[in-house]
Amino acid sequence: MADIPALAVENIHKRFGELEVLKGVSLVARTGDVISMIGSSGSGKSTFLRCVNLLEIPDEGTVMLAGDTLKMTRNRKGEAIPTDRHQVDRFRTRLGMVFQNFNLWTHMTIEQNVMEAPIYVQKRSREKARELAIGVLEKVGIVDKAHQYPEQLSGGQQQRAAIARALAMEPEILLFDEPTSALDPELVGDVLRVMRQLAEEGRTMLVVTHEMGFARELSSQVIFLHQGRVEEQGPPSRVFDNPASERCRQFLTTEYK
Amino acid sequence: MSGSMEMFDLEGYGASLLDGALLTLLVGFTAMVVAILLGLLGAWGKLSGSKTARAATETYTTIVRGVPELIMLLLVYFGVPTLLQDLAGVFGYEWVIDLNPFTAGSLTIGFIYGAFCTEVFRGAFQAVPKGQIEAAHAAGMHEFLTFRRIRFPLAMRFALPGLGNVWMVLIKATALISIIQLDELMRNSRIAANSTHKPFTFYFAASLIFLFITAVSMWGQKYAERRAGRGVRR
Repeated sequence: MADIPALAVENIHKRFGELEVLKGVSLVARTGDVISMIGSSGSGKSTFLRCVNLLEIPDEGTVMLAGDTLKMTRNRKGEAIPTDRHQVDRFRTRLGMVFQNFNLWTHMTIEQNVMEAPIYVQKRSREKARELAIGVLEKVGIVDKAHQYPEQLSGGQQQRAAIARALAMEPEILLFDEPTSALDPELVGDVLRVMRQLAEEGRTMLVVTHEMGFARELSSQVIFLHQGRVEEQGPPSRVFDNPASERCRQFLTTEYK
Repeated sequence: MSGSMEMFDLEGYGASLLDGALLTLLVGFTAMVVAILLGLLGAWGKLSGSKTARAATETYTTIVRGVPELIMLLLVYFGVPTLLQDLAGVFGYEWVIDLNPFTAGSLTIGFIYGAFCTEVFRGAFQAVPKGQIEAAHAAGMHEFLTFRRIRFPLAMRFALPGLGNVWMVLIKATALISIIQLDELMRNSRIAANSTHKPFTFYFAASLIFLFITAVSMWGQKYAERRAGRGVRR
């Protein structure tokens, strides 16, 4: 079992019309890995993350979760489509997604947001779901906001609620899509603290980020994407201190300013 | 003194006006239910990927917008039974259809306002932010669950003001049904007005009853919007 990776993504290609956004990106995450994906905007890093849980359907490539391959096929026009929609839904419950803009459901309280997938997707009892909800809301430090609506919370609190919502599904892997990019600078710290805690607990995480501090200190692996390709990849010490690629070196200089 | 009060004397027609008002409400509710169902169906058609469904709903809204309500009502009440009977005759059947005024009226009004509801629902479903739906998909919700738990409740929030509006116009449009002899508020007031020769009194009373219905509706709509809008900062 030990050598089956938690997540293996192979050779992902994605084009939007004429524009090829991903030109064959692969990665392997072992249980407990924290992989940071960095790169300038337009490098394809968010698209890649969205391909992992099929919010974007990759034109080519495979996603494997703990040894299970997501089955893909082609329709009459030759476009890639998932063979089994139910398998996609099952995969998605095993991948907790945190969005840049939180995307908490605005018509539900924080607690309802967190309990929604456990009850309606994973068919847990209401009591069990509430227990889970209180646990994860305590973990992210907003249990006192359980009965408020998303719009009554600050951006930092909303993002922590969104992390709690992802955690409540007890996913094998957490996906973060620029989780701090929509936040006011003074609120970034609260969210990063929660992410740091999750990383230190040994959660498997895939993080698209501009927070170089996070990437450097907490990642087991850093991937630098450039124009839809992996340009540099390795432990943070190597990528940050001694990058082989000139583009990566340039990117880091401008990011650190 | 007694002379100036005379215009407020309903001369025993009060009960008839109230009966009419109840029937007006009943026609209104029935028509609104029909309109909402057609509206949801229509919105689904307009937003669906199917060319046939889009063409069908487009035809529907075009016809309704283009033909006066009164003509449509007369067409349904007098025209449809004859048409069906003739059609049955062609195939050698004898079929006597007598649409009752309540059914004809409710269906016609519902059919007309269903087109307006179609536009209301179409706009409401389009107003649901994409991120809300993506979050549902990312949580493993399948299409129908996403619709039931996320898309529909959010869309209702956007649809309520528009639906309230449709209801107000619809309830007033029920007055047209008096033309096909349904004893609703409008017809009963005309009968009273003609037999007592006091048109002002009875049409004024009828206006007040309509005003009462719409005022209560407006209050109800505010309440519903507040409920549906929970969690929204204003």
